[in-house]
Amino acid sequence: MINLTPQLTTQQLTDPMQPEPFRVKRVMKESYDTFTLEMEPVNSERLFTFAPGQFNMLYIFGVGEIPISISGDPNQPAMLVHTTRIVGAVTKAMSKLKTGDVLGVRGPFGTGWPVSAAKGCDVVLVAGGIGLAPLRPVLYQMLAHRDRYGKVVLLYGCRSPEDILFRKELEKWRARFDLEIFVTVDYGDSDWHGNVGVVTKLIPKAPFDALNTVAMVCGPEVMMRFTAIELQKRGVQGEAIALSMERNMKCAIGLCGHCQFGPTFICKDGPVFTYPQLQSWLAQWEI
Amino acid sequence: MRTLDELLHEHEFFKGFKPEHLELMAGCATNVIFEAGEYIFREGENADVFYVIRHGHVALEIHDPRRGPIAIDTLQENDVLGWSWLFAPYHWHFDAKAIKLTRAVAMDGKCLRTKCENDHTLGYLMMQRFATVLADRLQQTRLQVLKLYD
Ligand SMILES: Cc1cc2nc3c(=O)[nH]c(=O)nc-3n(C[C@H](O)[C@H](O)[C@H](O)COP(=O)(O)OP(=O)(O)OC[C@H]3O[C@@H](n4cnc5c(N)ncnc54)[C@H](O)[C@@H]3O)c2cc1C
Ligand code: FES
Repeated sequence: MINLTPQLTTQQLTDPMQPEPFRVKRVMKESYDTFTLEMEPVNSERLFTFAPGQFNMLYIFGVGEIPISISGDPNQPAMLVHTTRIVGAVTKAMSKLKTGDVLGVRGPFGTGWPVSAAKGCDVVLVAGGIGLAPLRPVLYQMLAHRDRYGKVVLLYGCRSPEDILFRKELEKWRARFDLEIFVTVDYGDSDWHGNVGVVTKLIPKAPFDALNTVAMVCGPEVMMRFTAIELQKRGVQGEAIALSMERNMKCAIGLCGHCQFGPTFICKDGPVFTYPQLQSWLAQWEI
Repeated sequence: MRTLDELLHEHEFFKGFKPEHLELMAGCATNVIFEAGEYIFREGENADVFYVIRHGHVALEIHDPRRGPIAIDTLQENDVLGWSWLFAPYHWHFDAKAIKLTRAVAMDGKCLRTKCENDHTLGYLMMQRFATVLADRLQQTRLQVLKLYD
């Protein structure tokens, strides 16, 4: 039986409540509502080591602070990378940052994806929408140590072809023989020759050995719920499914209670959990 | 070369069918090939056939005069294309277009309807299989309209 013990990776931060200034080095538009920032520390030579799945609290001065997962390459810790979708005040203000602007960073916080526990297994990553961003570091990590894993499969669903994130990178990865990528959109126009339908539809036919597979799922909660059900129908064990949860956050270190979900705090016990840890809470309202 | 009942036997949709039923079905079957870009059927046309896809990729489309064709679903190997042959008034609800070279077995709906009327065990089996396909598609459509990724 595959057992994904949650990977508690929180580092000892000198003062976890104190944001450190980071300067924007590059801004990349990923789609009409999503952008990526590459950043470096202003005052130090700090290498930003993190585990795939961890997040930072990003503080846009005078506007607010929000949790955003790290979307960069863990093997390139000189550059901190975040990919963000504009939904409200803080993400909108963040989208207006330009090269040279400064923002505050606290972190990294939380548990990471079970990258080590997946060694020797097939791995299926299921991403919905912006959920591809927190999973991208897993792909970097696995591709850097490709021989440690069986099949690596990415199933990615988004609304329309215009919403596809990291398009160039996906195309490059798709050309590899050791990585299988399937993308599906809810609606396609006449230029789209790929899959149409929800991401769960890709699961029954995806090439992995269900009994020896670790699944990592990231996206909105409803999508994750139905994905977990479909993965289990295919034969993947519940214990071998990891999900990343989101809740509003304030402290990010388990003090304020803002991110409580059932008996857990998403910021310190998660955001990555195993499916059995969450299963009974996932379908409940207003938790 | 494999016979039609062998091809049907290998297809996911017919798993568990008894040889005598497969033989009956094969009597209504023909092998077909569609080139990439070719329309397999169009909305409103008579639906007197369904397809079991052996290989390829098919888009189900709705034509919007403003936006052109909008793909709402895609089907591939081991999927079944078309259920309108089962229900009056037997007209297609969407366009179906091969987006890659597609090989399929076409099942003559009229021939099958007669066989299902005459053999209720076969009729029940077919209804059961199509009900499963329809339930799956309904579930997927529900998730699709939910805008799952917002
Ligand atoms: C651990 C963690 C990691 C995250 N990683 C990322 C990431 O990598 N990229 C990214 O773009 N976002 C990520 N988020 C979500 C992000 O934190 C929120 O989108 C952000 O806080 C919204 O702030 P805002 O002020 O712009 O919008 P708000 O004014 O707070 O909200 C505007 C609208 O968006 C809705 N909303 C707020 N938060 C979310 C959410 N999490 N999901 C869906 N709708 C929401 C609100 O209900 C409201 O309707 C993550 C969240 C958590 C908890
Ligand atoms: S954000 Fe304060 S306890 Fe989690």
